[in-house]
Amino acid sequence: MTLRSAMNSCRGLAGALVVLGAVGVHAAAVPQEQEHLGQYARADVEYGLRLYTANCAGCHGPNGDQVDQVTLRGGRFRRAASDRDLRDIIASGIAGTVMPAGDYDAAELTALVAYLRRMGDFDPSTVTPGDAGRGRLVFEGRGACTTCHRINGVGDRSAPDLSDIGALRPAGSLERALLDPTGAMLPINRPVRAVTRDGEVIRGRRLNEDTHTVQIVFDDARLVSLEKADLREYEVLATSPMPAYGDTLSREELADLLAYLLSLKGEAP
Amino acid sequence: MRPRAVPILLSACLLIPAGARAQVTSDRLLDAAQTPQDWLTYSGGYDSLRHSRLDQITPDNAGDLELEWVYQSQVFGAWQTTPLVVNGVMYITQRPNDVVALDARTGRVFWVYRHTPSDEQRVCCGSNNRGVAMLGNTLFMGTLDARLVAIDAGTGRPLWNIEVADPRAGYSLTLAPLVVKDKVIVGVGGGEYGIRGFVAAYEATTGEEAWRFYTIPGPGEPGHETWQPCPPASPTYCDPEAWKHGGGSIWLTGSYDPELNLTYWGVGNAGPDWNPDQRPGDNLYSDSVVALDADTGELAWHFQFTPNDRYDYDSVQIPVLVDLDWDGVATKAMLWANRNGYFYVLDRVTGRFLRGAPFVKVTWASGLDANGRPIQTPPAEGEPTWPGNQGGTNWYSPSYSPRTGLFYVPAWENYASIFRKEPQVYREGERFGGGGATLLTPVPGAPGIPGLRRGAVNNWTDEVGSGAVLALDPQTGSAEWRFEMYDVTDSGILTTASDVLFTGSRDGYFYALDARTGAELWRASLGAQIVSGPVTYAVDGRQYVSIISGHSLFVFGLGD
Repeated sequence: MTLRSAMNSCRGLAGALVVLGAVGVHAAAVPQEQEHLGQYARADVEYGLRLYTANCAGCHGPNGDQVDQVTLRGGRFRRAASDRDLRDIIASGIAGTVMPAGDYDAAELTALVAYLRRMGDFDPSTVTPGDAGRGRLVFEGRGACTTCHRINGVGDRSAPDLSDIGALRPAGSLERALLDPTGAMLPINRPVRAVTRDGEVIRGRRLNEDTHTVQIVFDDARLVSLEKADLREYEVLATSPMPAYGDTLSREELADLLAYLLSLKGEAP
Repeated sequence: MRPRAVPILLSACLLIPAGARAQVTSDRLLDAAQTPQDWLTYSGGYDSLRHSRLDQITPDNAGDLELEWVYQSQVFGAWQTTPLVVNGVMYITQRPNDVVALDARTGRVFWVYRHTPSDEQRVCCGSNNRGVAMLGNTLFMGTLDARLVAIDAGTGRPLWNIEVADPRAGYSLTLAPLVVKDKVIVGVGGGEYGIRGFVAAYEATTGEEAWRFYTIPGPGEPGHETWQPCPPASPTYCDPEAWKHGGGSIWLTGSYDPELNLTYWGVGNAGPDWNPDQRPGDNLYSDSVVALDADTGELAWHFQFTPNDRYDYDSVQIPVLVDLDWDGVATKAMLWANRNGYFYVLDRVTGRFLRGAPFVKVTWASGLDANGRPIQTPPAEGEPTWPGNQGGTNWYSPSYSPRTGLFYVPAWENYASIFRKEPQVYREGERFGGGGATLLTPVPGAPGIPGLRRGAVNNWTDEVGSGAVLALDPQTGSAEWRFEMYDVTDSGILTTASDVLFTGSRDGYFYALDARTGAELWRASLGAQIVSGPVTYAVDGRQYVSIISGHSLFVFGLGD
């Protein structure tokens, strides 16, 4: 049987957006207290970003997703419900883990907590999101994004699911993905093409890879793990199948689409 | 298949005084290679070859390896320990500071000793411990709260427990101690906390300190001049007392040459890690190897790999002691693949530089001069440096096979970081980095290689770095063969007298390779990251090989 190439038929957003949400974020607890909402000064957030970059990014990464099972950008934390919990962890560390104690003064702790709470929607760049409601219409209409992407159970699976993309990626990164999909495509999302010994051609999206095997989703929802030694050909493609939207959408539509993507925080539909 | 008998040197046993029944005498340690059924020290012997004379498992039968038993730790986190095996009993450490004694043939547990580290411990990189040392019937373990504990090997009860350093100032012990004669020698971790590193020896029977060597020399001591005074009106922050918190941690076991009576230790980064401007000078003995008299701790010589380091290139690797024919002269050599990306051959009698060449891509230096000193070419601000922050290799044990004459190194390839330096005032017990490092990724914001522990999904891919076992020829510095891996590797390497090489990978494979060619003989998928080294031993004449993957220790053999 020749397998259908889902990627070839894709006309919408594909490849460039991340699949980081597959790891960890779903384990986060829902905050019990709401004291953190809307109460952080921009100056604190900016100061917190500087402190985070200097002290935290080495392990957690610039996007807060580099420690296994921890996704800081999601704004929800397994071990911390309140801001007080967050301050305690930053100050005292977590015994038995890599997370060290940090000797910060009160202003520094305030700034770090502010940045962690706003990490998901704070972007020091000049990107200005528009209206999320109109952006959804663009996503499902003129953008034809659901042809490849899926949000809260609606749309195709050939490109990454975007249900929590706003919790994972900053505005600037999403904007780059819309304007330059190939240049912004994360390596793990590169489309792959494999030819088995039987001559079967499998085109799909890479989910995972190691020295001897590669895991692929194809044909919308089928998962396959291939032994590289059993393949006649295996190719990781450099070009994203997603079109660049700079010419086909207006500036306003792009801003609205961006606002919609940023609003997707992985909440249950 | 029917296992062949393993040669056992009886003369070593005869040296034990009647009635003492000491299992590991200092004489046995002198020639550990003669009793390959046991794994007596962290690196398998004082020369640290990680090479065993056991030869039942061969390139021809390695494909028949099967699982013999599994021990599952109940503790999460990267598991970096190397087991010891003595008379059929395996001694391992597990997080945070447990020692476990198991039957090496079945994995059944005899006892567990638990030291609970003080809440005042400060460790940079998790509750790591790399194993125990043994002398007589006593085990020795360093602890996260900077203590040294002696434990009765028969009962698992503590004999003595002493403070080595103050954990509140960032000192910790994560290495397996080194026993030489009647002393237990350790070093301290804490290079990310501005410690002043040292190596210290303790009497094995009492825990009394015998000697101490500071890796950062104080005023009046040789080498102190390399912590230069701050220039007047320095345009950037300069610390006039930089040496007091100059780093130089020791977090990996040293080696020992009995003929020279010298111990060799790899020294960690200068403090703070990334800002060289506030500590002008070469900053001895950071990023060096030091040769210390085993009885007195007196410095015989040093060789510095990375002066005035700005890349966190700890020289915390295993000193591998090899006797070579060097340009027609029988030479006591030392092989050293350094975190900074260069592979060095040194004369271990004098510390003289014999040869050095990059084994991975290197951009921080354009080469080495005649004395082995790097010609540094720091990048422009914001530009990447190869190798990246974790180095071309790191603490992962290499191996040398006297049969092939090859030096086997776990390497990180095609891997770069963007380093950032920032002034930082020292405050006791706080992180003392002086900047940071960001991984170079092909796309802004793309995931980088997880620094210490990875999950099941690799979303960073080989585009930010990949791993390899390199078989380096000490005579030429070039690789005879290479075995490539998709992800980077933190696994140590073991070779045997039957030319089998064992190693693991970050993506959870355990390999047997042909040490002569690099051809894969066998592999098992163990399901989680391997961050320690395999060892081999024998019980009742049958050879076993062990490896830790994730939270489990697996032991393989040839079955019945």
